[in-house]
Amino acid sequence: MKTIMVCLKRVVDYNVRIRVKPDGSGVVTDGVKMSINPFDEIALEEALRIKERGEAEDVVVVSIGPADIQQQLRTGLAMGADRAVLIECNEDISSLTAAKVLLKCAEKEAPDLIVLGKQAIDDDCNQTGQMLATLWGRPQATFASKLELSGNVAKVTREVDAGLEVIEVDLPAVITTDLRLNEPRYVKLPDIMKAKKKQLESVAIADFGVELSSKVTAGNWETPASRAKGIMVNDVDALLAALKEKDLV
Amino acid sequence: MSHVLIIAEHDGSQLNSATAKTINCAAGIDNTELHVLVLGSGCDAIAQQAAEIAGVAKVLVADRNENAVPLAAVLAPQIAEIAAAYDYVFGPSTTFGKDLMPAVAALLDVEQVSDIMEVTGPRSFKRPVYAGNAILNAEVAEGTKVVATVRTASYKAGPTGNSAHIEAISSTAALPSHTRYVELQSEAAERPDLQTAKLVISGGRGVGSKENFDIVYKLADKLGAGVGASRAAVDAGYVSNDMQVGQTGKIIAPDLYMAFGISGAIQHLTGIKDAGTIVAINNDPEAAIFEIADIGLVGDLFEIIPELEQKL
Ligand SMILES: Cc1cc2nc3c(=O)[nH]c(=O)nc-3n(C[C@H](O)[C@H](O)[C@H](O)COP(=O)(O)OP(=O)(O)OC[C@H]3O[C@@H](n4cnc5c(N)ncnc54)[C@H](O)[C@@H]3O)c2cc1C
Ligand SMILES: Nc1ncnc2c1ncn2[C@@H]1O[C@H](COP(=O)(O)O)[C@@H](O)[C@H]1O
Repeated sequence: MKTIMVCLKRVVDYNVRIRVKPDGSGVVTDGVKMSINPFDEIALEEALRIKERGEAEDVVVVSIGPADIQQQLRTGLAMGADRAVLIECNEDISSLTAAKVLLKCAEKEAPDLIVLGKQAIDDDCNQTGQMLATLWGRPQATFASKLELSGNVAKVTREVDAGLEVIEVDLPAVITTDLRLNEPRYVKLPDIMKAKKKQLESVAIADFGVELSSKVTAGNWETPASRAKGIMVNDVDALLAALKEKDLV
Repeated sequence: MSHVLIIAEHDGSQLNSATAKTINCAAGIDNTELHVLVLGSGCDAIAQQAAEIAGVAKVLVADRNENAVPLAAVLAPQIAEIAAAYDYVFGPSTTFGKDLMPAVAALLDVEQVSDIMEVTGPRSFKRPVYAGNAILNAEVAEGTKVVATVRTASYKAGPTGNSAHIEAISSTAALPSHTRYVELQSEAAERPDLQTAKLVISGGRGVGSKENFDIVYKLADKLGAGVGASRAAVDAGYVSNDMQVGQTGKIIAPDLYMAFGISGAIQHLTGIKDAGTIVAINNDPEAAIFEIADIGLVGDLFEIIPELEQKL
């Protein structure tokens, strides 16, 4: 195949302790560490492995967000992507809007495979890949934990509630990644230097002609109710007594 | 009066309990009529089960060979066509619903509300974001179809005893052949299902090996409990993926959850926040899991599990 397109979203790093702003207008993101969505790193790693096996020629990373996402795209280039497309957008967009913009990108790049994360760990929507596949009129294989290519067909093992489901999809197709698909590589210093020379193209989201406003709006944000403080017991007998008191065993 | 279409989940023979929970969520919206759509092949028995759930006004059955397995690419066009007549389209936030509903939403050209945990108005819903560390109030504009998934751990299944009208429905939507089902690899399910079990015993990296997990199973069997695990335990190959509890695994709400050798990472805790009672056993008194446990015991799981099992 020729091109693999990988979608990278910049999110608050998964190690950051999230705090809701006192006025309920969102979560605190000022001065907070931002990273590539962990599932998207896995998506990129998979694309790079396919390329390194000689099964693809070109890996392009695409991200929609403020100019700062350049940093995450550079990380993607340092990991091994060939080029990057930065779609500049300073407002929050829904998964449907993201999918519509990514579709325009797909129409331009004509990739054989688009790999996304199964969910962004900020909005936890788990929608974009499925929407993109549907709008593109191509197959989706979500929650992938194994991907095998042969000719024009991808055999994908999917993590589902009942176990592992295997499906076959014709290419071009959209794959969304689960955590066990692979373990992303670490970026090495020389690669960061090399990445500076790679192509990073910036486009304004307005150029795509996609309506940005959303019919689902975010009202107030809240901190979830915390659980009441528990007790510590010293031994198994005390544990069993506490459970019996609650009528649980 | 608004109309709600609820997409049933089933395995070909049994209605999944997530369906009843989704119905219960939809029942919280005022002045609605609830219809359940069963897509399947030879699925009369499933339609019957859906018709018994309280609050359901009608069950629609789309019975065709192509619907024998749950492929989103095949089901979504049929649902989108049928959904034209509805104000709300709800599915469960299981892997089935997560895979399928965004495809339906895209065909209908509407945004989706994922993981409803509370209905606060006809068009207002609470949903967890940031792995449950923040709750967002989502508002769907008037005149827009509401397509949503329901966080099943937030709802109980309602009562049965109903006998709703069952009606066949067919769709003229063209179905693609670009996606083909191969197989489902599933561990023999001899223990209670994680998502419905009243008691769940979980093991983490602290259990140490696949062989060691036997003591966890033994305790679970003595209690009639389901068995879960942390991602670290799944990654290390101690157990299969369908046992993972957490942000990216299963979100569960048993009456009792006992965690052995699990540190309490945020991504794991997200999956158990709705449990009735959380018990944590860990040999590290500083483990984060003790901050949210109702009952904590510091100690070695290899001593505590056998003692518990013997004294139960
Ligand atoms: C995007 C993302 C999504 C994730 N999703 C999930 C998810 O859905 N579910 C999930 O679980 N994790 C998830 N994780 C991983 C999560 O961050 C943690 O790495 C994981 O939960 C740790 O598992 P653990 O507690 O078993 O292992 P560890 O953190 O290694 O903890 C092991 C614990 O066992 C204790 N222990 C060791 N020996 C004994 C003994 N003999 N007796 C008693 N206690 C002992 C130790 O003190 C320690 O506290 C996710 C991570 C990311 C980045
Ligand atoms: N703004 C964005 N830029 C690039 N990729 C995105 C963006 N939003 C979502 N995605 C991709 O879609 C996946 C699922 O996102 P979501 O549907 O928001 O949970 C992410 O893991 C990304 O791969």
